[in-house]
Amino acid sequence: MKGLKIIVLAKQVPDTRNVGKDAMKADGTVNRAALPAIFNPEDLNALEQALRLKDKYEGSEVSILTMGPGRAAEIIRESLYRGADKGYLLTDRAFAGSDTLATSYALSKAIQAIGEFDVIICGRQAIDGDTAQVGPQVAEKLGIPQITYAEEIISVENSKIKVKRRLERGIEIAEGKLPMCVTVNSSAPDCRPRNAKLTMKYKRACTVTERQDASEDYISLFNDRPYLNIKEISLKDTKAVESEVGLSGSPTKVKKIENVVFQVKEAKVLSAKDEDMENLMVELITNHTLG
Amino acid sequence: MNNIFVYCEVENGVVADVSLELLTKGRKLADQLKCQLEALVIGANLKGIENSLFPFGVDKVTIADDARLFPYTTLPHTAITVKLFEEEKPQIALMGATSIGRDLGPRVSSALHSGLTADCTSLEIGEHEDKKENKVYTNLLYQIRPAFGGNIIATIINPDCRPQMATVREGVMKKEIVSQNYKGEVRTLDVSKYTTDTDFVVSVIERHMEASKVNIKNSAVIVSGGYGVGSRENFKLLFELAEVLGAEVGASRAAVDAGFADHERQIGQTGVTVRPKLYIACGISGQVQHTAGMQESAMIISINNDSQAPINKIADYVINGDIADVIPKMIKYYKKNSK
Repeated sequence: MKGLKIIVLAKQVPDTRNVGKDAMKADGTVNRAALPAIFNPEDLNALEQALRLKDKYEGSEVSILTMGPGRAAEIIRESLYRGADKGYLLTDRAFAGSDTLATSYALSKAIQAIGEFDVIICGRQAIDGDTAQVGPQVAEKLGIPQITYAEEIISVENSKIKVKRRLERGIEIAEGKLPMCVTVNSSAPDCRPRNAKLTMKYKRACTVTERQDASEDYISLFNDRPYLNIKEISLKDTKAVESEVGLSGSPTKVKKIENVVFQVKEAKVLSAKDEDMENLMVELITNHTLG
Repeated sequence: MNNIFVYCEVENGVVADVSLELLTKGRKLADQLKCQLEALVIGANLKGIENSLFPFGVDKVTIADDARLFPYTTLPHTAITVKLFEEEKPQIALMGATSIGRDLGPRVSSALHSGLTADCTSLEIGEHEDKKENKVYTNLLYQIRPAFGGNIIATIINPDCRPQMATVREGVMKKEIVSQNYKGEVRTLDVSKYTTDTDFVVSVIERHMEASKVNIKNSAVIVSGGYGVGSRENFKLLFELAEVLGAEVGASRAAVDAGFADHERQIGQTGVTVRPKLYIACGISGQVQHTAGMQESAMIISINNDSQAPINKIADYVINGDIADVIPKMIKYYKKNSK
């Protein structure tokens, strides 16, 4: 069988897991300085599944696609160091403010612009939103089936993909025809570390914008070593309709944001009296700590 | 038309708790909006399933019953839901934030170009003024959920697109029977008109499901007990509070070693690490061994009759008192004040 064309969707996210109580500023806004940008953890699990397919099925190619600002090229380089073959950065000011649906639309258009594929693999969800929506929404836009919560892609034989799924209350083995979108759980194996040789090879991989920003010529570099080119895809390249992306393409709007992180401070001391207890429960309900 | 739909999950003839919880919430929203509450059930061997749903105040049950619709696979369930929603134009559609709801919801929202908010912890009706467009929207669904790793609470609205879709986790909403005699109508769909053969491209070739197990790791609220609880009997109080709050019960190592609670509930270095929104520590002194597993909880309430207990240093609220006195009051005032 000829190799598989695999596209991995990945996201660069603020690290919301390892923050203490300094994650929010006193005024209730996010303290970005306290939140390093990282490779979304489950997207790394997804990348590993893709790389395992590449190891198993000769001639396979793993491309990584991310949507985000210029700095998101970092996670593409990270993927190249670990064994991905190509990287695409979907970036455009027009995408700012996209909700999951507008994001999925943009990604599906970018995938169509990239070309043919057999499998789309992405993490189940990103830690900054925990919505688990983008994978299925992309699949719907592309008109392909999906298998979510994958713990292991068991095999891809005769155009059929077999996947072990980890569900809330058990496991399932599902099988379906290619092309297929697979979303991967954190219970799947961790991603392999960087490969020293690949890290040397792709150390200078960059986008045109990054080259320009560093006042370096990209034409000769990319002519000599085309694999160093992390391709930037703009709204125009995807032929997406502008009103369908960004804020205007997002059916959901954020009406209100409330900070619920409590600064380290003296604990409030209460008695077991009825009045104290009622006030406490009312407070917990009002601030949505309890539903 | 423009009713509230709840997608109901059924396994072995039993409706999932989360679906019944959503019907309970849906009934309240429907009363507020003066519309009907409808349930959608897709699966196999569903004969008589409506009788489990009507008591929750369902006005109409739509059933798609076909051997190929169980176990759940994405495409046929999506096709039926999307087509039905196109015909019925619901204003609100709710699903459980379960393995199924979180697979189906985004698919349906993508097909209908409607907004979906995952894992809501609260649903309310409210209005919205768009100052830029000089438009006022009334009777919108406020979809309230934690975001950003639980550091913020966001209220999301879908002003223009319908249905307004939301998923909610099991145990977040209350389950309440309206009346055993509540009766609505039943509509059975002709599955062949709603699906095509190509919708059945994915097949489930193996399936092992277990009954629900203790899942303290993913619980948003944890009621946890230590040696100070005193006995296995006294731990029942913690279970009562947890039941009311939709929480799980955890325990410190000392409580587990003393036989008050089972090992699967142990939190701490030698147990599991948890980061719930709310951690209620009952009679826990706060050894580092234990706090290492829970100190990143967004909010900590300590109930202890030792005002010098080390755990009080990391607590947001300290209640000086006996759990036998405090917990019944918490239950009472939660019930009194929750919507």
